[in-house]
Amino acid sequence: MRNTTQRARASVAVLLALFLSLGVAACGSSNDGSTEGEEGGGAIVSNPKNGKVSLTIGSKNFPEQEILGEIYAQALKAAGYKVKSALNLGSETVAHKAVKSGQISGYPEYASTALTSFFGLEPEEVPAGAQAAYEKANEEFEKEGLTAFPPTPFASANAVGTLKKTAEKEGLKTISDLKGKSEHLSLYGSPECRQRIDCLAGLEKYYGLKFKSFTPVDIGLRYKVLETGQADLSILFTTDAQLSAEKDKFVILEDDKHVFPAGNIIFVSKASTAEKAGPDYEKTIVQVQEGLTLPVMQELDARVELEKQSPAKAAAAYLEEAGYTK
Amino acid sequence: MIGALLPPFLPASIGGAIEFIFEPQSSNVTGGKKVGGLEQVIELTLNQLEVTLFALLLAIAIALPVGLYLGHRGVGELFAVGLGNVGRAVPELALIALMAAVIGVGLLNLTIALAVLGVPPILTNAFVGIRQVDRAPVDAARGIGMTEAEILFKVEMPLAVPTLMAGIRSATIAIVATATIGPIAGVLTLGDFIINNNVYGDNGLLAGGILVALLALTLESLLAWLQRLLTSRGLQLSAA
Repeated sequence: MRNTTQRARASVAVLLALFLSLGVAACGSSNDGSTEGEEGGGAIVSNPKNGKVSLTIGSKNFPEQEILGEIYAQALKAAGYKVKSALNLGSETVAHKAVKSGQISGYPEYASTALTSFFGLEPEEVPAGAQAAYEKANEEFEKEGLTAFPPTPFASANAVGTLKKTAEKEGLKTISDLKGKSEHLSLYGSPECRQRIDCLAGLEKYYGLKFKSFTPVDIGLRYKVLETGQADLSILFTTDAQLSAEKDKFVILEDDKHVFPAGNIIFVSKASTAEKAGPDYEKTIVQVQEGLTLPVMQELDARVELEKQSPAKAAAAYLEEAGYTK
Repeated sequence: MIGALLPPFLPASIGGAIEFIFEPQSSNVTGGKKVGGLEQVIELTLNQLEVTLFALLLAIAIALPVGLYLGHRGVGELFAVGLGNVGRAVPELALIALMAAVIGVGLLNLTIALAVLGVPPILTNAFVGIRQVDRAPVDAARGIGMTEAEILFKVEMPLAVPTLMAGIRSATIAIVATATIGPIAGVLTLGDFIINNNVYGDNGLLAGGILVALLALTLESLLAWLQRLLTSRGLQLSAA
């Protein structure tokens, strides 16, 4: 099993190199509209003027967020800012409060999470397009004196995942296929999934599903419970490395009724902080996230979650491989 | 009154937390369903008590016989005391994750992980308690022909009750407080209110903390009362 994984991992690394070069080359022609005037790629230039500005970059406390926090922090450091980091905020509620009160300068948040968790939208009300979701979130953030920068290329969403052999045996392709079968299938997910409308509560409400049981577990165990056969279904993330590295083992069910809104990352700051930090602040953040496509994010998640690299090391490697730092 | 004593930056209020305990409150992320309230509080409290009881019984079943035996024989001091010190450093989260691969997550996993926390204080105190017993009554007991088992159970153990119970009390507090991590190991305990800040908000978080503290204090008083019942009258007088 180890060998299969390693082989799959090697191919993901090759993919990464490919996508990084493509991503950097293609970003000029991407129709994102958010990066006009950028030369794309290119190394970050250190500006001595920024040395007077101290920033504290935050993130929530799970690997993908820590990697993103490190990428932004290291990039801003490369741009000449004085940067501290606080990459262990326990939840979006805590992070939101920390940025509002000025304890952190900014942090990466999923646009969908911001809309559902902070601004009370139902999952079905979250705009499907990355740009539309970003604009809607930014509109709300501005009412609070915050500002959000344009979104990353990749989006992340929760997903119902299962072993491929379970999906085949039960004939599951979409979440709707669970109708009539979920009563004898157990579902595992993060503790807060149980009551969230963009998680279990939404599966019950919009799909009308009842599961044999729901068991709360640590996010870090989401694949282990499937592997050990304890869970029939488990809540996974679409950016999970395992989904590309172990395609023959794990599958996710299509969310045909859109209970799990996909969220691109938007970097949220206090408006006054962003202004004080000068133009290099937004420029650097938007620049370094251009290479963050889904395969790249999956590869970075893999390096941290599967290979046990530190988020700082994975972030530094990304910045270097993509040519942002030397 | 108490609210006025709290630091002003505390985002939750005692009043809000108490309201959360008795009345379901609205939440941002549940799609309109209310959370908290007495019914849920009782359910989670019972779960926390259940896993605490199982873990405590398991810890006692393992640690007490070993501690008593080693204490009576006067051997294995390094083991009994050393284990007590090392045991306090066991990372519970890592233990749960490690066992998840073998026995999965759920009540059994959490019970074992918490029992591991309870073994060291019980074992160490049992050993030390028995060793500390005055040698004169033990010699006298041996002199009048008591068997080793009789010496242990009729002389040494009654005299060591305060120390034995102190170990069990430490173990109980450690277990009931740590049972708060239940929700990441498949058991919904009061920690649910604390871990899921997005769902329950700051009032829920404070309510969870208050409830766990109350539960720990209640168990502690119950055990203190039990200790008084078990301690022989002569010892109580000499202590007073």
